[in-house]
Amino acid sequence: MISAPDFSLPDYRVQTAAVAERFRRLKERPVVLDVDHLTREFASNGGTVTALRDISFRVHRREFLCVIGPSGCGKSTLIRIIAGLETPTAGRMLLDGQEVSGPCPDRGMVFQGYTLFPWLTVTRNVMFGLEMKGILRDQAQREALQWIDLVGLTRFKDSYPAQLSGGMKQRTAIARALAAQPRILLMDEPFGALDAQTRAQMQAHLLEIWRNVDVTILFITHDLDEAILLADRILVLKAHPGEIQEIIEVPVPRPRSAAQLNSPEFLATRRRLDELIHPRLTDGSVEKLPIVRLTQAGDDVE
Amino acid sequence: MPPRPRVFAIGRELPPRTRAVLTLLSFLLPIVLWALVSYVPWLWHPAIKVASPGDVSWFKAELLVERAVFAEENAKIAATGGRIAEGVRANPVFLPAPHQVARAFWSAFNTAPILRGDLWLHQSLWLSIRTIFWGFAISSLLGVPLGILCGAYPPVSRLAEPVIDFVRYMPAPAFGALAVAVLGIYDAPKIAIIVIGTFFQQVLVIANTVRRHDPALVEAAQTLGARPRQLLLRVIVPSSLVDLYNDQRILLGWAWTYLIVAEVVGVSSGITFFINQQAKYRNFDNVYAAIIIIGVIGLATDQALAFAGNRLFAWRNPRQSRVRAFFGRIFAGRNLVLIGEKPKAESNLRS
Repeated sequence: MISAPDFSLPDYRVQTAAVAERFRRLKERPVVLDVDHLTREFASNGGTVTALRDISFRVHRREFLCVIGPSGCGKSTLIRIIAGLETPTAGRMLLDGQEVSGPCPDRGMVFQGYTLFPWLTVTRNVMFGLEMKGILRDQAQREALQWIDLVGLTRFKDSYPAQLSGGMKQRTAIARALAAQPRILLMDEPFGALDAQTRAQMQAHLLEIWRNVDVTILFITHDLDEAILLADRILVLKAHPGEIQEIIEVPVPRPRSAAQLNSPEFLATRRRLDELIHPRLTDGSVEKLPIVRLTQAGDDVE
Repeated sequence: MPPRPRVFAIGRELPPRTRAVLTLLSFLLPIVLWALVSYVPWLWHPAIKVASPGDVSWFKAELLVERAVFAEENAKIAATGGRIAEGVRANPVFLPAPHQVARAFWSAFNTAPILRGDLWLHQSLWLSIRTIFWGFAISSLLGVPLGILCGAYPPVSRLAEPVIDFVRYMPAPAFGALAVAVLGIYDAPKIAIIVIGTFFQQVLVIANTVRRHDPALVEAAQTLGARPRQLLLRVIVPSSLVDLYNDQRILLGWAWTYLIVAEVVGVSSGITFFINQQAKYRNFDNVYAAIIIIGVIGLATDQALAFAGNRLFAWRNPRQSRVRAFFGRIFAGRNLVLIGEKPKAESNLRS
């Protein structure tokens, strides 16, 4: 945690030549997903609540884009709309230049709650999307086993989801989504339910997969460090209504690893995100809880 | 010393021994109660079984007389100086002792029918089981698919459920006369009563179970490219399958409860006819035996189905079952895939 602004940190917008060059090439790649003036309103108690207002952004091929924001900023609504599980009130989405609506395997999704089919083995789970495409059983199984191998679960290919740990379940879910060969992989806080160690492992796994598989990733998280560690760019939303606050180009060079967590670029980005997500009160103080002391004198713990 | 584990803690899983003992007690306690009432002479026993009639003109040996009446008659005889009647306290004829009923389990099967054309007990039982089977099969054939459609598609539910909800409050036996008029007097109206009694509940129960499916799984399947038909057959039905199976177990019990009323429709038949006939001859030990046999058949079927369910839905309970381990050993090395499990997994884990 950064308790006070550290003025020795560089500006988060300063990029080394290599990083700047990377971003230049990234933006030259074709646009996979074009989100165009998306708005979503909900009816509530006679009025309307605007969950998302006028969201526009583009994701380039093989980009890793993270979306973060305070709770209630509509980041889950956003990813569900992109997945086609909810309909926008206004605006549209283009995938490879084609307007899309409704769920489709070209926008694969990994959910926080794993959502594996509990009655199917790991292999059959991964085969599901392939079978939906009409690929024959044998062929589907061969392909599924390759994806299972990719996420390192070959030993557990015949296990049922109930026999797997949280991390293994999420790896299965990733393999299942990738097997359907999506143009963009949507991930809705996929590591939110995992413990800290497993989460760190999964982040490394995901980067490894992303490096080796031709896939574009849109990743939602509320973990700031996770966003910086994974993303090329970070889309910061603000709440009430959900609007884009800033799109940050992460200046931390690739390949990424947990060792970069204390690098100046990382800390600078982290400080900027903190400012955006947890704004300080106007007088610069931190809000304190109005707690009355309930312990005896001399019984101090700090 | 560690504190004694409390048996009466809410939601606490009991140790296996305690569970077995309690299950046994659950059957034993009513039997003990029954034995006490039957064998302890001063417990209940509201009648006197006459041993020697003495001078009471209408008493005969073996006659059951109410205690008050017996005392009154003896008092009258004593006043005139005659021989008083003797007897022992006894329970009424409709409460035979456990050993009599136990004997009846054997003898009921051996008692030849008194009237020509009547059926032996095993024939009656078979007739009843057949009636149940067809009633439940027909009901399920219609009710399960309709219930699944109601649970999956709100328009179907809106269209079908209100009227089904209405009809299910009409007692199935009320349709008895109608069933006889339409279907004759033999097996068909009986099967119809069971269908009517089961079907309407079945649709609602199945629909409710299917409605409880996890919507997240449906969404996941949609993002994997599942179309509506596939969502129903590959996601919603399999995800509800265990609960549907258990619903069917409960509904089968339901069908049994309609058996007795169904069997008095038209020409009385099956176990009901046997029970009524034996009651007419005052063979209450046979009556109890027949009733208990129905219970045993019901319980045995249910337990067998529960056992089969555990094996069938291995993913719910993914430890190696002893049955599968046994077959796994027999067929070790051969390319055999048992339901819900691929034996190769084990060898992979070990390597």
